[in-house]
Amino acid sequence: MTENTSPSTNPGQEICPASDLARRVQEATGVNAMECYQCGKCSAGCPLLEVTDLMPHDLWRLIQLGAEDRIKNSKHLWLCISCETCSTRCPNQLPLPAVLDFFRQEIIKDGQTPTEENVLHFHNAFLDTVKKKGRLSEVGMVQKYKLASGEYFKDMKLGMSMFFKGKIKLFSQSTAAKNEIRDIFKEAGK
Amino acid sequence: MKIAYYPGCSAHGTGIETDQSTRELCRILGIELADLPDWNCCGASSAHVVSSELALGLNARNLAQASAIADEVVTPCPACFNRMAEANHHIKQHGAPEKAGSIKENLEVRHVIDLFSQKDMLKKIAKAATRGLNGMKVVTYYGCLTSRPPEITGAKNPENPTEMDVILEALGAEVIDWPLKTQCCGGSLTIPKDEIVANLSNQLYEMAARAGAEAIVTHCAMCFTNLERQWANPVEGDHPEPLPVFYFTELMMLAMDPAKAQAHFRRHLSDPNPLLSARGLS
Repeated sequence: MTENTSPSTNPGQEICPASDLARRVQEATGVNAMECYQCGKCSAGCPLLEVTDLMPHDLWRLIQLGAEDRIKNSKHLWLCISCETCSTRCPNQLPLPAVLDFFRQEIIKDGQTPTEENVLHFHNAFLDTVKKKGRLSEVGMVQKYKLASGEYFKDMKLGMSMFFKGKIKLFSQSTAAKNEIRDIFKEAGK
Repeated sequence: MKIAYYPGCSAHGTGIETDQSTRELCRILGIELADLPDWNCCGASSAHVVSSELALGLNARNLAQASAIADEVVTPCPACFNRMAEANHHIKQHGAPEKAGSIKENLEVRHVIDLFSQKDMLKKIAKAATRGLNGMKVVTYYGCLTSRPPEITGAKNPENPTEMDVILEALGAEVIDWPLKTQCCGGSLTIPKDEIVANLSNQLYEMAARAGAEAIVTHCAMCFTNLERQWANPVEGDHPEPLPVFYFTELMMLAMDPAKAQAHFRRHLSDPNPLLSARGLS
């Protein structure tokens, strides 16, 4: 008698074998990308619709297919700001932003250049001030960002308006135990 | 009852009105806030992008400080709320990082919209009001971070939250239904990709105006800044007329202590005065 490999009679059997990439994503994040059945509900609500190159359901499909380069070379990876509309509406509750964090962190770890470099310049500028003071210095962050991005005069009007309204402080507050903050960054390898 | 209070970094900068008005309201409503003694940044929208360990470590330190004070920690900042709630959720499932210090198993992270919209609190709020909001027509704008994902935020209805609605209605505002309550404003993209944020905030203004709103009310300093950006630095070309923007806590103060509310409005880039005069609230 031949072995019956029908998925319905063998619950442990995979219906569709996962790509190596899908396995790697599952190991790192606990999320099984093979559960996506391409209904597209995620993409229908994505606020990046008009400006992005890949939609959320494309990203799930590319993980299933193992097309790592297309994901890592996408603008979407850096334009997504984790609004969580996609994950909240997903019938399988698949958390795309958490999975994108995994790809973003790999790119950073491998020293690759992100497709949207200024977005990473922003995150680095933000976290540099936190590492130093324990709290965000809005002025320090903007200075660091402008140096890294070369966008010296962008948003000057908005910044100055906010400064004159007393919303932007030149001197920011710090956490007292700065050594504890440095340790947290060190533990995370940052 | 004492509640641990986490102001967050924007409380001293771009979101100064939201921290100050929250503290004023708690004094009026008899809620005792105890600031975390040496809090640090929650990492906001940046830490989790570069390192999950960093995001967890930064929040665990704050949660340990909160645990030493009370069983719940409240914050006026949706981003801080979301990051703290996410870390708290993770710690309940997987344990805290080794060096984090002791974090209570029953510790609860709350946003002030949850605190102020409880039934008994609504009664106190209505009682503390010295005047109503005179039918001012507003839309409430919640954005992302107190709504989603619901398993982290505890939002009962992430597509149609109503916490700010019930508070403002209790104070005599007319809260208008509209479809973009929880649409994303573009968040921190305002610095690296401002054209995206300009487009998203213009969609909000356009829809709010079509719904018949006279103002947009929010609880989030990031959303507030992205909306007000249109007043200081409008994008070129066709765009809708921007509306005045308020924090919901400021409108609560407008009903309880108008002079203090006016002091907050002076920091706005949007001009609330024509609307306030028209509604007899100036």
